[in-house]
Amino acid sequence: MSLIASLGAIEIGLIFGLVALGVFLSFRIINFPDLTVDGSFPLGGAVAAALIVAGWNPFAATAAAIVAGALSGYLTAWLNVRLRIMQLLASILVMIALYSVNLRVMGKPNIALIDEPTVFSLLEFGGLPDYLLKPLVLLAVVVAAKVLIDLFFASEVGLAMRATGGNPRMARSQGISTDRLTVWGLALSNGLVALAGALFVQSQGGADISMGLGTIVVGLAAVIIGETILPARSLVITTLACVLGAVLYRFFIALALNSDFIGLKAQDLNLVTAVLVAFALLVPTYKRKLAGLWPGVRANPTHVVKEAK
Amino acid sequence: MLRAKGLEITFNPGTPIENRVLRGLDLNIPTGQFVTVIGSNGAGKSTFLNAVSGDLAVDRGSIQIDDSDVTRRSAWQRSDLVARVFQDPMAGTCEALTIEENMALAWKRGARRSFGFSLTRKLRELFREKLSILNLGLENRLSDRMGLLSGGQRQAVSLLMASLQPSRILLLDEHTAALDPKTAAFVLELTARIVEAGKLTAMMVTHSMRQALDYGTRTVMLHEGRVILDVKGVERAGMDVPDLLHMFEKTRGEKLDDDKLLLA
Repeated sequence: MSLIASLGAIEIGLIFGLVALGVFLSFRIINFPDLTVDGSFPLGGAVAAALIVAGWNPFAATAAAIVAGALSGYLTAWLNVRLRIMQLLASILVMIALYSVNLRVMGKPNIALIDEPTVFSLLEFGGLPDYLLKPLVLLAVVVAAKVLIDLFFASEVGLAMRATGGNPRMARSQGISTDRLTVWGLALSNGLVALAGALFVQSQGGADISMGLGTIVVGLAAVIIGETILPARSLVITTLACVLGAVLYRFFIALALNSDFIGLKAQDLNLVTAVLVAFALLVPTYKRKLAGLWPGVRANPTHVVKEAK
Repeated sequence: MLRAKGLEITFNPGTPIENRVLRGLDLNIPTGQFVTVIGSNGAGKSTFLNAVSGDLAVDRGSIQIDDSDVTRRSAWQRSDLVARVFQDPMAGTCEALTIEENMALAWKRGARRSFGFSLTRKLRELFREKLSILNLGLENRLSDRMGLLSGGQRQAVSLLMASLQPSRILLLDEHTAALDPKTAAFVLELTARIVEAGKLTAMMVTHSMRQALDYGTRTVMLHEGRVILDVKGVERAGMDVPDLLHMFEKTRGEKLDDDKLLLA
């Protein structure tokens, strides 16, 4: 695989790192299986693309995309906590509705951004080539998002959000409005995903109505792969694992699709995804078996260290 | 101070499995009193506690804590007044969080939560000090996940958490029922110590008549969703389990045949 192709894979991987952080927040922290992301990712892309074409500053357009995404997450949570619609169903309803919304926002099935300014073209400095600049900018964005989320989790409100997902009844008895925090959490999660969508269209040169397909699978795959390669009790490490998982995932996908000798083509993307996720899910079991065969190999060293203390 | 007036709760109303759990329950608990609540299965003990905490809404009646009428407030809105320890050791703490994080949550019970750090050096110091009175060595395991602790340890921490911030009433819902006898005794002693030290107003539901008489300053018995026995002071001091049974039979004109109450 060429250097440019590798950097391209890392670039998309970093964008999906934001998706992974969002999915981690909804699935793992708030314990809300939220499929809205399949709609909020293209929503972010659609809003950003449509506004940039309409002459908005790309940064303002990206900010608007985040707000739009947050609103969609808010809506999903609202359907659940206020109207008591099942979590999964609430998110599917919003996801389906967003398909129409996205078409309305874009006015047509796709928008090209080839000649328009983007956050990347505005940040161009020192004549850094595009294939280096984009991953660097994205790296900065992802690192900033990760650090902000880590700080949030360490705050009083963030801790309350973790309790909301971990033990809602206990959380309420401690004076936490679990409904309110679920709404905020999903807004934050989908805001992040929409940011990813907005950056995706700007880095890939256009928005397409079908770009959201399978976002949730990729996000979950990233979280699962991350948790497998970097199992940890500390949240700071886990959020890092999510981002790493996303980058590795995209990298392996690119590797698989670019290696002629395997014979895989772009249309095999979803098949490769499924195999990768299945593999990641198998690793912990396999590790345990290994530990059983050789007593010296510990399945989960973090456990042992903590208990011994 | 707690004032519960005419509480009524019916589960599944208008269906064949309709169950009138509370049927006009009245109970006043003055400030500083430690009340033990007994009653057979289905008498409405847990339902009453859940009504006070706000986990269950009452169909009729009113609940007043100190000067505030909390009848229409949800559980989280009452948490500045009510502290509680659940029956299930898993229910009162969050196992995915560490000991110190659980305590930090309780530290802010009923208060506004900010975007500032939930844990500071000063707070950790305070938590360590509080945990050391348990004599369980937990003060050295602040950053251990709650899930690593045994049921008894978790109940002990739950108790500490409930007493971190002042409350107007402390609710203990058979909080030793899931523990082995030795651990249960330890947690009960701890309960008595904490209630005593903080001069707390408390209500403890128990399945054991023995416990009900040994702890607290007043004992009430619930039956069919109402208070049918209420003993305190000198009368209570001289009482033993058979006396309590006898009194029940006299007031109700029926025999109490719940093995659990008799044997526990």
